[in-house]
Amino acid sequence: MTTRISLALVTLTAMATLAGVAHATSTLDTVKQRGMLQCGVETSLPGFGIPDDKGNWTGLDVDTCRAVATAVFGDPTKVKFVPLTPKDRFTALQSGEIDMLSRDTTWTQSRQSAQGLLFTGVNYYDGQGFMVRKSLGVTSALKLNGASICVQQGSTSEQNLADYFQTHHMTFKPVNFDNADAIIKAYDSGRCDALTTDASGLASERLKLGNPADHIILPEIISKEPLGPSVRKGDDQWFDIVQWSLFAMIDAEELGVTQANVDTMMKSTNPAIKRLLGVEGDYGKTMGLTNDWAYNIIKKVGNYGEVFERNVGSGSPLKLKRGLNQLWNKGGILYAPPLD
Amino acid sequence: MNADVSRFVARDMAPARSPPVAAAGLWRWLRHNLFQNAASTFLTLTGLGFIALLAPPLWRFLVSDAVWHGGPSACVAASGACWTFIAQKLPFLTYGSYPEAQRWRVDVVVLAGFALIVWLLSPRLAHRNLAAGLFFVAFPVAALVLLHGAPALGLATIDTSLWGGIFVTLLLGLSGIVFSLPLGTALALARRSKLPLIRFAAALFIETVRGVPFITVLFLANFMLPLFVPVTWEPDRLLRPMIGTALFGAAYMAEVVRGGLQALPRGQTEAARALGLSPWASLRRVVLPQALTIVIPGIVNSFIGLFKDTTLVSIVGIFDFLGAAEAARADPKWQGPSIATTGYIFAALFYFCCCYAMSRWSQGLERRLRHGPET
Repeated sequence: MTTRISLALVTLTAMATLAGVAHATSTLDTVKQRGMLQCGVETSLPGFGIPDDKGNWTGLDVDTCRAVATAVFGDPTKVKFVPLTPKDRFTALQSGEIDMLSRDTTWTQSRQSAQGLLFTGVNYYDGQGFMVRKSLGVTSALKLNGASICVQQGSTSEQNLADYFQTHHMTFKPVNFDNADAIIKAYDSGRCDALTTDASGLASERLKLGNPADHIILPEIISKEPLGPSVRKGDDQWFDIVQWSLFAMIDAEELGVTQANVDTMMKSTNPAIKRLLGVEGDYGKTMGLTNDWAYNIIKKVGNYGEVFERNVGSGSPLKLKRGLNQLWNKGGILYAPPLD
Repeated sequence: MNADVSRFVARDMAPARSPPVAAAGLWRWLRHNLFQNAASTFLTLTGLGFIALLAPPLWRFLVSDAVWHGGPSACVAASGACWTFIAQKLPFLTYGSYPEAQRWRVDVVVLAGFALIVWLLSPRLAHRNLAAGLFFVAFPVAALVLLHGAPALGLATIDTSLWGGIFVTLLLGLSGIVFSLPLGTALALARRSKLPLIRFAAALFIETVRGVPFITVLFLANFMLPLFVPVTWEPDRLLRPMIGTALFGAAYMAEVVRGGLQALPRGQTEAARALGLSPWASLRRVVLPQALTIVIPGIVNSFIGLFKDTTLVSIVGIFDFLGAAEAARADPKWQGPSIATTGYIFAALFYFCCCYAMSRWSQGLERRLRHGPET
């Protein structure tokens, strides 16, 4: 008996040591050694992460992964996309299977404190809304008392929904599903009166319905949903790289540096642009990257505005307005710290 | 006397006359099969009524109102199926994200696999033992090298995260089928073993795996495995459901094969041993051929179930055929009202063809084994 226990202990210790060793090496080194960034994305969410006709991944979250790969390798193709369901996204990050998560994930306190995640920023400010059939005659979410509502299981939407109805002393019947497709099918077939998810999701889900014009999105936005990339806790250097890859895209838009003009901008006299593009200073080196890291991101992926328009904005079928995701000096709340 | 008789006996055979109208031809067939009595007449008419009701709208949706050409805009207001969507998405539905320039590798593997299966299953072709060797040993290794890549041979490595579509469905189904039959047979024999430890271990495995839903097995394989092994091992995301499928299939197969073993009279084994055959030889030459023949319908039933169960892997983020169809359908570029329906009809057709082919083949095999020269 004792032998068996000690054998088990030895095995466990050995495994813990191995795991510890693996965690001790920096994520940047692991990524460089592998020659590939492993990035967790959604299985298929239009505009954010979805394979196109040729099987290439496209979307805002996908381009966020590409920006980080470009910062590290100077090559946006060096990403392995790992499609994850809402249930296994955190496990995949914790177990080290992915280096970063960029998958329509809301930044919340409990996720950061209890799940071992560190959110590096916000790449899309969203909020939860409702969609109903026009024929229902409902014009406000406050009139949904007693309604059956389709909602995604294990998401923040589920919690917000319960909170909202409780605050307003209303009741509802939740109809739960674990993926977005099942929810829209259930709603379309009449299993529930209303559908709730993030407003960006509602816009894309509406296109999937038999007759989009028969459905309206109610004006109430009942939650704050800052969506953004996250990394595992315990590797500050890697956190910096993922965080500043996004900030660089936002700063580039603010400074007017685009994919098209980035090469001429290299000759700019503006000190902020000089620092961003690595003409001046050692900003890349301090993160363990080359100094042209941000130049590469802008050249090969684009600035935030370009990525937004291409994937979810006017250049896409979703046609989402910039709204909150406009720069702070243009009426939105998008604000990246200066690269200095 | 002879002359007398010859006067009454016809010299030529009378020409054959056709049977009465009511007992032959189309009329008889109709009477016999469709209008034999009041109940069958009622059923026939109801059936015809249903066909008359369903056929025109189906024809309109699938053929006459369907969109056959054009891009996404052609399907926006389509009232019929959007076949152009399937045509445009077919590469993605077939290969997933496998790089375009390397797709010939998938084609080679699928064609080679198909050719080997035909060789293996056709009773008229020669050297079928060679085919079995190629199929069960050489083919999996060659397929793995070709699909995954070997930089030493000049084949670029294609990560399994890029694999998808019909090709992954076939891969999952085939690997499940190939591994579950031998594994299941071994488990069935182990469960009937005289050694308590082996018997207990086999029973424990079978009952545990059969006692939980397939989804649970997949989730366990997907979420728990990476937490228990060191980060550096990291079992491949496609390999996990493949292992899960094979083990799950094996547990069910074991019970099917055990049914066949139990149906066989003890006398068969005893006679084989009395003739001086070793336990292994009596098992291989006498017991298993008969036991497996008895349960062919059950085995193929398990195969078909397993093949369809592979669709569940899409819930752990694998783009199998159905997962790829779902992703294709979610593409915001394609917004027609019939996009989803078209996708599902195409998926249903694909699965039906595969399963029906398996079913037909098993019926043919049963007939051959029952009436063939072997028995």
